[in-house]
Amino acid sequence: MKIHEYQAKQLLAQAGVAVPPGHVARTAEEAAEAFNKLGGPIAVVKSQIHAGGRGKGTFKEHPEQRGVVLVRSADEARENAARMLGSTLVTKQTGPEGKTVNVVFVEGGVNIARELYLGIVVDRQAGGPVMIMSTEGGMEIEEVAAEHPEKILREPFGPDGLYPFQARKLAFALGLEGAQVRSAEKFLLQLARFFITNDCSMAEVNPLVVTKEGEMIALDAKVTFDDNALFRHPDFKELRDLSEEDPMEVRAADTGLSYVKLEGNIGCLVNGAGLAMSTMDLIKYHGGEPANFLDVGGGANVEQVTEAFRIILADPNVKAVLVNIFGGIMQCDTIVEALLTAYEKVGFNVPLVVRLEGTNVEKARKMLAESGREIISASDLTDAAKKVVATLGA
Amino acid sequence: MSILVDRDTRVICQGITGKAGLFHSQKCREYGTPMVGGVTPGKGGTEIDGFPVFNTVEETVRKAGANTTMIFVPPPFCADAIMEAADAGIKLIIAITEGVPVLDMVRVSNYLKGRDCRLVGPNCPGVITPGVAKIGIMPGYIHKPGPIGLMSRSGTLTYEAVWQLSNLGLGQSTCVGLGGDPIVGTSFIDVLEMFENDPETEAILMMGEIGGNAEEMAAAYIKEHVTKPVAAFIAGRTAPPGKRMGHAGAIISGGSGTATEKVAALEAAGVVVAESPADMGTAMQRAIERRKNG
Repeated sequence: MKIHEYQAKQLLAQAGVAVPPGHVARTAEEAAEAFNKLGGPIAVVKSQIHAGGRGKGTFKEHPEQRGVVLVRSADEARENAARMLGSTLVTKQTGPEGKTVNVVFVEGGVNIARELYLGIVVDRQAGGPVMIMSTEGGMEIEEVAAEHPEKILREPFGPDGLYPFQARKLAFALGLEGAQVRSAEKFLLQLARFFITNDCSMAEVNPLVVTKEGEMIALDAKVTFDDNALFRHPDFKELRDLSEEDPMEVRAADTGLSYVKLEGNIGCLVNGAGLAMSTMDLIKYHGGEPANFLDVGGGANVEQVTEAFRIILADPNVKAVLVNIFGGIMQCDTIVEALLTAYEKVGFNVPLVVRLEGTNVEKARKMLAESGREIISASDLTDAAKKVVATLGA
Repeated sequence: MSILVDRDTRVICQGITGKAGLFHSQKCREYGTPMVGGVTPGKGGTEIDGFPVFNTVEETVRKAGANTTMIFVPPPFCADAIMEAADAGIKLIIAITEGVPVLDMVRVSNYLKGRDCRLVGPNCPGVITPGVAKIGIMPGYIHKPGPIGLMSRSGTLTYEAVWQLSNLGLGQSTCVGLGGDPIVGTSFIDVLEMFENDPETEAILMMGEIGGNAEEMAAAYIKEHVTKPVAAFIAGRTAPPGKRMGHAGAIISGGSGTATEKVAALEAAGVVVAESPADMGTAMQRAIERRKNG
């Protein structure tokens, strides 16, 4: 689960991680007030969306307006916020459709001495979190990794968090000295602890700033929580911004389905994530374009299959649907029963190709054939892909 | 011989009084797996459908000679269940549970370091040695005994591959589901090493997917250490970046973990990679033929 920068900073501040002073604004007037509260002489007005690249991003409605702007007066704060709020910010991470800005964050200025990079991810190989730092603040870490891999520092840590010596090791390797090292040590230890106690799956501070006063402070903050651990943090529910998520993906998740919308026109309904991905690949391999990833899971019942069909068909691009089921413990005839009920309820208006294999497949195929529905039956994976692609050509 | 599972395997189920735990314990027993009981704290001393229930894993080891466990407990308790099994001296721990917090798995990996046991999973279908024992949720009847070792990060995709192999007359020595999470107990490399050393395994089929670099590491290992023919399929060529595709581990992030990179690494290691998921079985056939022809 992703959260906004301002939410991440509020949580970080509570955990004792240094962040600049700032205020949330939902109207232009609130942005002006925020500037006054901060006391100037400068402030930064930052669009809040769940995507990076905001500083260079521009608005569809105001091509000259950037997503993050330095302002020198309350009036400037108001004018910029007025153009940002309710407008669509397009960055290289949002895709061409962009994202609507509903909140801006007005933050006090900081005397920047140095800009650094800091990220924490769970490293699969190391089997735990690793703190990644570099002197190249503001740059994307992927770029640094590609161009200057030697500039990337890595410190793995365990459930105890980072140890002080590791924080000092990083600080000295980044060329910090004196008071800067002490401030960095505190910052890094607190951030690592924050990562563990909140079950983060990713935390990124870019840029991480060392001020002229020698203090380490998070100028930006991006935090993602582990979806599997949300049961431990019931209060995080309030941080979720549903307007940032695809409504169909949210609806699917509520029904226990895993759905991701894609750009093609062949909808798919599959049991199992690996098989669902492979079915998309199969469609592409045979010249079609998948419209979605959809895993109905292991115990798909009538309600789930019905909802799955509704979600797939709600996408106006969908011109045909492929159902691919490998019945294991979940028996094929049970699935067909659900399919037929759902088919009736949903009212199909595009061709449906069904490929079934596994437990009780003979019985299931017979049920399909005798149903009198216009369902195209496929004998194997290749046959299914060819048939569904062919329905589009006709 | 096969790997991981043999005639001495004695299996318990942690979470046996739950719906899924009981159902799959019954299915495993029907398949012929030596199930010696299960654990549900507080229900020790009772019996469920003929399975003796114990309070602790330690008791199952002492009283029933258990050496293998399959875990069905809910996600919040899975890490604890794994550590309990390891502490009790269980040698093979198979965690079926899906949805375990990743930092719980970090704690588990630290706990297991230096202990004489192997964890498979979590979020996996389990392990089967056809004709001998099935420990997990896979449909037993699609498998046939034979020479192909199979390993995968996925569930139903594995069944699909097994189905294709069995239809081509290629039986399986052992099939191992590694699990779809970012941190799992057993890697492709662990299983490759076991298959390479297993006299009953003549060829290896692996099913990978987008996310992480386990397939690239496996490719490097195959190049150096594996003499048996290997075929592979990588799921997710059409997956968009930044989106979690069902499995917690299946996500392309920061431009890495793409199917293209994985396919290239495997092909460079001499692995026959299936272009379509319909060709996993035939890719295995081609890999074996290619080896025969020199």
